[in-house]
Amino acid sequence: MPRITFIQPDGTEQVVEGQVGATVMETARQHMIEGIEAECGGACACATCHVYVDEAWREKVGGPSEMEEDMLDFAFDVRPVSRLSCQIKVTADLDGLVVRVPEKQF
Amino acid sequence: MVADGTVSAAPIETDAIIIGAGPIGLFAVFELGLVDIKAHVIDILGKPGGQCAELYPEKPIYDIPGLPIVTGQGLTDALMAQIKPFGATFHLGQRVDALQKMDDGRFQVVTDAGTHFLAKMVVIAAGGGSFTPKRPPLAGIEAYEGTSIFYSVRRMDDFKDSDVLVVGGGDSALDWTLNLQPIANNLTLLHRRDDFRGAPHSVEQMRALVRDKKIALLIGQMAALEGNNGALTAVTIKTKDGDVRHPCNRLLPFFGLTMKLGPVANWGLNLQENLVPVDTEKFETSTPGIFAIGDINWYPGKLKLILSGFHEAALMSQAAHRIVYPGKKLLFQYTTSSSSLQKKLGVS
Ligand SMILES: Cc1cc2nc3c(=O)[nH]c(=O)nc-3n(C[C@H](O)[C@H](O)[C@H](O)COP(=O)(O)OP(=O)(O)OC[C@H]3O[C@@H](n4cnc5c(N)ncnc54)[C@H](O)[C@@H]3O)c2cc1C
Ligand code: FES
Repeated sequence: MPRITFIQPDGTEQVVEGQVGATVMETARQHMIEGIEAECGGACACATCHVYVDEAWREKVGGPSEMEEDMLDFAFDVRPVSRLSCQIKVTADLDGLVVRVPEKQF
Repeated sequence: MVADGTVSAAPIETDAIIIGAGPIGLFAVFELGLVDIKAHVIDILGKPGGQCAELYPEKPIYDIPGLPIVTGQGLTDALMAQIKPFGATFHLGQRVDALQKMDDGRFQVVTDAGTHFLAKMVVIAAGGGSFTPKRPPLAGIEAYEGTSIFYSVRRMDDFKDSDVLVVGGGDSALDWTLNLQPIANNLTLLHRRDDFRGAPHSVEQMRALVRDKKIALLIGQMAALEGNNGALTAVTIKTKDGDVRHPCNRLLPFFGLTMKLGPVANWGLNLQENLVPVDTEKFETSTPGIFAIGDINWYPGKLKLILSGFHEAALMSQAAHRIVYPGKKLLFQYTTSSSSLQKKLGVS
C-alpha cells in the first residue's frame, strides 16, 4: 500500500498507509492527522483540507483543476504547491508522497 | 433585535415558524401545509436551499429517492415549486436571535432585523447552524471586527472617505469594490491571483476602474494586521515580490461562508455536542412545542441525510397538528387519492 508522509507545521512527521483509490484527505482523516479538517467531506466545497505538496512530488501529483483552483481562493496562505487533499487520489505511483499541513486552515 | 434592543411593535402572528430554509425547512412547509398549518420561514442566507444552494449548487446528489441525479440548486428549485401551493412567507437575510416561550403558551421569535413573531409552534431546521463569514486566521483580528474590519456592508457610511482594502475574488468582493469606490477615499482590491470567479460583467467593470486609476488591484495574500485600539492602520501583504505594507483603515475580507451553531445555543434547549436531541416519534426537543428536524437534531441512529430529514418533517407535522388544532382528529390520507389534500395542493 502506498505510504504517505504528513509533516505538521512544527516538523512532526507521520507516515501512514493509504489505500489506492481513496483520497489523500480520506487517508489523513482515517489516521486522524491533525490540521486536515475537511468540513465538506471531500466535495471540493470548503478548502479546509489544504496541503502543500512536497516540491519533489509536485510534478507527479500534478496541479489543481479549475474548480479546485477556484476553491483554493478560500484557503489561507496559498502557495504554488498548494492542493486540496480531497482532490488528490492515492495511486501506487504516489508511494512515498510527502505533504505538509499548513499552519492554519481557514 | 434591532440595535437599541427594542423589537418591532406589531408581532407577526402565525401557526408555525420554521427556522432555516435548507431542504428540510422547505419540505417542512409542505408537510405542515398538508395538515393546514401555515408557516413563516426565516433564514440568514439571502436565498433558500441551505447547504445545497450555498455550498454545492452545481454538484450532483444521487440519493434523493426517485431522483437518480439532481444538483443542489436543482433540488432547491424543485422543493420551492413543490411547496408553492402553501404560500409560506419567507424572511431571508435575517438571523433568528431569540426564541422563548410566552405565558400564553405561544413562542416569541425575534430576528436580528427586529422582526418579531408569535407562533403556536416552532420548527428548528437550522442544519449545521447559521452561515457566517469565514474569518481570516490572522493574529489579533477580533480586536478590529466591527470597527475597522467588516464581513458585510450594513451601512455604506462606515466606508465613506476611508482607505478601503477589499479582499477576495468572487462576486461579493467585486460588487463591494464597485459600490464603495465612489464614496471611499481610496480603494484597493486584493486577490491571490489575477483571475476572478465573479460575474464577467463585474470583472470587466473592475478592470476598467483599474485602467482609469480609480482603484488599485494588488495580487497577493494578507499576512498580518497592524493598528491599535480597534483602529486598523495597515495590512502586511505577501506578494511574489516580497512583503508589502499597505496602509488602510477599513478591511473587507470575503472568503465565503462557514456554518456555526450560532444563536441556537442560547434558546435553553438541551444540546449534545452542538446538536439538539429529539425523540423519534415527533422529533420534539426538550421544550414541548419546539421541534428540531434535519442536520441540527440528534437521536440514536441519526444520519445527516436529506432523505432522513424529509421523513422527520412528515412525523413532526402529525404532532404539530395536535398543537395547532387541539382536539381535532387527523385522518391519514394519501396525496394520490385524497380530494381534500389535492385541493390544498391546487391540483383538483
Ligand atoms: C458538499 C456536500 C455534499 C452533500 N451531499 C449530500 C448527498 O449527496 N446526499 C444527502 O442526503 N446529503 C448530502 N449533504 C448533506 C445535506 O446537504 C444536508 O443533510 C442538508 O443540507 C441538511 O438540510 P437542513 O435543511 O437540515 O440544513 P441546512 O441545509 O444546513 O440549512 C439550514 C439553514 O438554517 C439556517 N440557519 C441556521 N441557524 C439560523 C438562525 N439562527 N437564523 C436564521 N437561519 C438559520 C442556515 O443559514 C441554513 O441556511 C451534503 C452536504 C455537503 C456540504
Ligand atoms: S474536504 Fe472540503 S474541499 Fe476538500
